Amino acid sequence: MNIRLAAESLHSCSGCEISLLNIGEALIPLLNRLQLVHLPLLMDHKYSDPAGSETEISIPKAEIGLVSGGVANTHQLQVLEAMRKSCTTLVALGTCGTHGGIPAMINEWPMADALQTVFSTVTTEPVDVPNQDTPPMLDRVYSLDEKTDVDIFLPGCPPDPTIIARVLEDFLDGLTPEPVTKSVCDTCPTRRTGKSERKLLRFTANARFDSNESTASMQCLLEQGFLCMGPVTAGGCGHQGEPACIRARVPCRGCYGPVRHQDNQMLGMLNGLVSQGIDFKTIIDRKSMLRFSGAHGRLRPLKEKKRAS
Amino acid sequence: MNTTISIEPLTRIEGHARISIDLDEAGNVADSRLHILSLRGFEQFICGRPAEEIPRIVTRICGICPWMHHLASVKAVDACFGVKPPPTGALLRELCQVMAHINDKILHFFFLAAPDFILGPDADYSVRSIMGIVRADPELANRVAAMRKLGQQLLEEFAGRAIHPVAGVSGGFSKPMTKEERQRLQQGCRTLLEFAVFALTYGRDEVLNKYQNILQTLGRIETGFLGTVDTNGAMRLYDGDLRLMKADGSFTDFAPEQYKEHIKEHVENWSYGKMPWADSWQEGFSMDLDRPRGIYRTNTLARINICDHISTPIAQEALEEFRDLFGRPAQGTLLYHWARLIELVYTCERSLELLADDRITGDMIRHNVQPGAGRGVGHVEAPRGTLIHEYTTDENGCITSANMIVGTTHNLAPMNMSVRQAATDLIKNGHYDEGILNRIEMAVRAYDP
Repeated sequence: MNIRLAAESLHSCSGCEISLLNIGEALIPLLNRLQLVHLPLLMDHKYSDPAGSETEISIPKAEIGLVSGGVANTHQLQVLEAMRKSCTTLVALGTCGTHGGIPAMINEWPMADALQTVFSTVTTEPVDVPNQDTPPMLDRVYSLDEKTDVDIFLPGCPPDPTIIARVLEDFLDGLTPEPVTKSVCDTCPTRRTGKSERKLLRFTANARFDSNESTASMQCLLEQGFLCMGPVTAGGCGHQGEPACIRARVPCRGCYGPVRHQDNQMLGMLNGLVSQGIDFKTIIDRKSMLRFSGAHGRLRPLKEKKRAS
Repeated sequence: MNTTISIEPLTRIEGHARISIDLDEAGNVADSRLHILSLRGFEQFICGRPAEEIPRIVTRICGICPWMHHLASVKAVDACFGVKPPPTGALLRELCQVMAHINDKILHFFFLAAPDFILGPDADYSVRSIMGIVRADPELANRVAAMRKLGQQLLEEFAGRAIHPVAGVSGGFSKPMTKEERQRLQQGCRTLLEFAVFALTYGRDEVLNKYQNILQTLGRIETGFLGTVDTNGAMRLYDGDLRLMKADGSFTDFAPEQYKEHIKEHVENWSYGKMPWADSWQEGFSMDLDRPRGIYRTNTLARINICDHISTPIAQEALEEFRDLFGRPAQGTLLYHWARLIELVYTCERSLELLADDRITGDMIRHNVQPGAGRGVGHVEAPRGTLIHEYTTDENGCITSANMIVGTTHNLAPMNMSVRQAATDLIKNGHYDEGILNRIEMAVRAYDP
């Protein structure tokens, strides 16, 4: 059977698509087995006849649809609806699609304030926010499942190329991809001693490690006193037994979103810190623990007074 | 009857954009616009955050050039906190930045742009893509895919991540380079240089030279240029002064911190993308094709035009050949592709140059950082142009305000002009077809937005 693939990116950075390309040579046999019908980064299929109505969005039928990015404006919502209509199986590709991702950090501000800030920076001419032929912004950034039915969640910022390749291969072979159940900690080789710092440090000095040794000889970064979101973050970022940021000797910030789709990374982490006797009040900007998962109403505008203080 | 032609989405580009072209009663172009459709508000939502975290957040401005935002940001945070990286830290940062350029250029030339040339601008859309190249020339496609993967893998193995990196940290770099890592990187970069030299020859002889008729004319506009040079006028990507050149070739050099004295951003009410322009020329802003005012371009063609020379031998030779053929400054929009291949060679040569410096395996990679109040500008040359981040911080070292001028935006006004030029030239008496509309997109694609 011919498997057709459609893909779209919405409120995102194209990093997921670059990760797809990073599959490398193995991508070529995959592309030969799939029939690409719509993928704006790589091919020229358009939404509609050039002389037709500008609002019409038509996407060819496909067995599998990949959508990266969350939803933040009316145009993105229309594209998502068109993808849902055309695709039998809809995959939310990347953490923006599954949990809002970094762009959902804007949810801590009223959207109108954010637009005003962007169009009043020091170098910008004094103007009104553009409003002609620009799609109106929604009130906040939404994950895809807040706006439509999603069949497969594939978090990651971006999802590792091997994960994307496996999902496509599984699909071609008629298998159902298995969801991630491990946390970053579960996949992390660093050494745990059971002794933790009581206070958390800002990452203004490097971790302690021997650069000639593997990460397995480095003490757990949370134990070293750095906020590391590994315990509450879905695994999958690693290669050869090392989570990606740990390989760089840098703590995890949670980019694959929570281990279980509906979990709250901030609450989970705070609970974990309390149970280990770590003073969570030493963390500045606690909300930042939701920097990848601020959709689903998790991040909301602060009251004016609170924000000023 | 007046009609509007709409091209949406623009394809084989990074962002989200639409072109509209208004035709008059005779069916000729009356007006055109390139709309940028989305806006994410980074200037707002990094406010209040600890500044040292920002380099890990702003990477998401662009998944194609995350290293550029990462490092411009880290430099801005350094300046806010009054710290400079030790020499080894600076070398490691620059190495990652130029290596990220390599991957970006391979991606753009072969995956996004080449289908128009190798398969032809009039090829059916179902064929005119990298998949078409896979079928037409599987050997080339395999080689290109392997080289991109090699470039990304080298970065990932050394720095943990190729996309959305984390290894640049205020004060320096997060991990040193071992001797074994250095050897692997040297070997990999030699392979990439060999490929880059092939790509330059192949691109020139087999691809671009076959389109002599449009190379200098499609989307051609007359503008100034902006890029980065060192004190000797050599092309630089990671550090240096900004050079703003007028269309007549005269130029001014200035420190990146002074960008606000030279650049302002214009806003049209039909696009979320701002349009930077040269305020210091004191001629105002106009996208008029015959008399543009304040318009300059960035990205590969700009850097090739503004530099006096390139510091590495093979790229310098290619630059001389380019100047003999097209002069300085060269204005043909499709020449961006040629300039991109010259830069591909430079970035490979430069990576090897940095790896040859023995200080690169030093232990002293990061200075300790004291968060505090300050103001800082960080800049690098991103693949798509000069990238500027400016932050202010409070006494806790948290962000109080931010301004970012992103590579692509410098070219938004020029892209609008190139669209207008190409459309006016190609659409006559209401006649247009898919091939013509694709040629208009080719004028945009050259800028690699």
